[in-house]
Amino acid sequence: MLIKHKHSWQETENSVTGESLYLNRRTLMVGAAAAGAAIAAPNVFAQRERELAELAARPTEYKSNESLTPENAVTQYNNFYEFGVSKGDPYQNAWRLQPKPWSIQVDGLVDKPGEYALEDLIDFNALEDRIYRLRCVEAWSMVVPWIGVSLASVLKKIEPQSGAKYVRFETLADPKQMPGLRWPVLDWPYVEGLRIDEAMNDLALLAVGLYGKELPNQNGAPVRLVVPWKYGFKSIKSIVRISLTETEPKTSWNLSAPREYGFYSNVNPEVDHPRWSQKRERRIGEFGRRETQKFNGYGEMVADLYAGMDLRAKF
Amino acid sequence: MSITAKQLRQYGKPLVFALLSLPALWLAWNWWLAFQYQPNGLGFNPQETSNRFSGDWALRILLLSLAITPLSKLIGSPKPILFRRMIGLFAFFYVCVHITSYVWLDMLFDWVELWSDVMKRIYITVGFAAFLLLIPLAVTSTNGWIKRMGAKRWQRLHQAIYVIGLLGIVHFIMMRKGFQIEPLIYAAILLALLAFRWRKFFPKTARATG
Repeated sequence: MLIKHKHSWQETENSVTGESLYLNRRTLMVGAAAAGAAIAAPNVFAQRERELAELAARPTEYKSNESLTPENAVTQYNNFYEFGVSKGDPYQNAWRLQPKPWSIQVDGLVDKPGEYALEDLIDFNALEDRIYRLRCVEAWSMVVPWIGVSLASVLKKIEPQSGAKYVRFETLADPKQMPGLRWPVLDWPYVEGLRIDEAMNDLALLAVGLYGKELPNQNGAPVRLVVPWKYGFKSIKSIVRISLTETEPKTSWNLSAPREYGFYSNVNPEVDHPRWSQKRERRIGEFGRRETQKFNGYGEMVADLYAGMDLRAKF
Repeated sequence: MSITAKQLRQYGKPLVFALLSLPALWLAWNWWLAFQYQPNGLGFNPQETSNRFSGDWALRILLLSLAITPLSKLIGSPKPILFRRMIGLFAFFYVCVHITSYVWLDMLFDWVELWSDVMKRIYITVGFAAFLLLIPLAVTSTNGWIKRMGAKRWQRLHQAIYVIGLLGIVHFIMMRKGFQIEPLIYAAILLALLAFRWRKFFPKTARATG
């Protein structure tokens, strides 16, 4: 017998009806903005843009009744400082990135270290469709249809040793492909990390696509992390190295401004960022701000990870 | 051929007025389009674009107003001074546009949230202080006020613009994430313009070193 469980992170039916009407109205605004952007920036990048192959993926329970953020907003409004600090820079500059072929160095406390081809780590026959909310620390958010595999499935392949307590990720740092590296905005390469139990949580996704196709370069091609209960900067892009460590990895934003960006960086409206309130967020395409949910609404799946932890101290 | 002060008043001022109005007109026009759901240039996060655009122009025009005195000394003519008041008032105007954009379009008059922003977030506190300091300068910008206050006291008051400029730049630097170049370029220009007034700040050292 099929019993349909409703998870707290799925929107209730009645909250959706009114909202989708509302959103429809608002998507017009984004569509309009997108059309405007198209006029402003003639299509000079198109010729260098990579043809994105379609990816076959199976549906999962990670669905959403919320309106998806339009594809052009997802692919043209990005924070990826390796390609420039303005939101439009990654879309303009990321054509230089060469995601094929791609290999990932696996090291640290694992039984199967080595240099892996992307295809050997990610099973492209087991891709999943997952719709997640993405909440940026800058208080804007999106709803993105990702394609990928659980991070846990990849970690199992490389066999972490019992002493491994953290997973450390590193982004490519090649000045030839990434013009933003000229500027010392952060201490390159970009580094992020998770505690091993966070990494093994089924929500943690290694994404290789969005909107039915391969990841565009500016979204972190060919493979990126997606941890939807944490602020967006934790979801590191264009990963070239995965290390299992015993101690908490030094992450880029935490090193840059320890008071502002903690290692955990769980979405939490109760803990303000020193420079802006985290109580509300602007869903891209909407005019006003909506309430931010604790753990970005995924508390049912992840709150246990932090039982007994003071989330104000460990922000 | 030299341009007379009369010509500058007659043609130069309206021209500068029109030029300095352009960014505000662009912003207003694009918001109007956005509200009609028409294609517009504000991008995917119109409030962010609007806040930054108005703030950028407030700072640029403020720096321009600070460049007038050095310029007139460099070319050995008081003529640029004719434009100084107008440029200064435009800087104030763009600060007002910046605040309107933030308070209305971005925060939708959420006064509780706004007040906690001003009190808790230092970069907003700094920006707000710059705005408050700018108000008396804008109010006393008329000839009537110069007479009423006397040139000396008036000038003293208007030297507050140096502090306001510094606060504005600090606000800009603090608002960016990570170590970024753009606000530092603004800072360098401001410091160069202040350095030009070195003698004014330190008349004794200036005399001592000749």
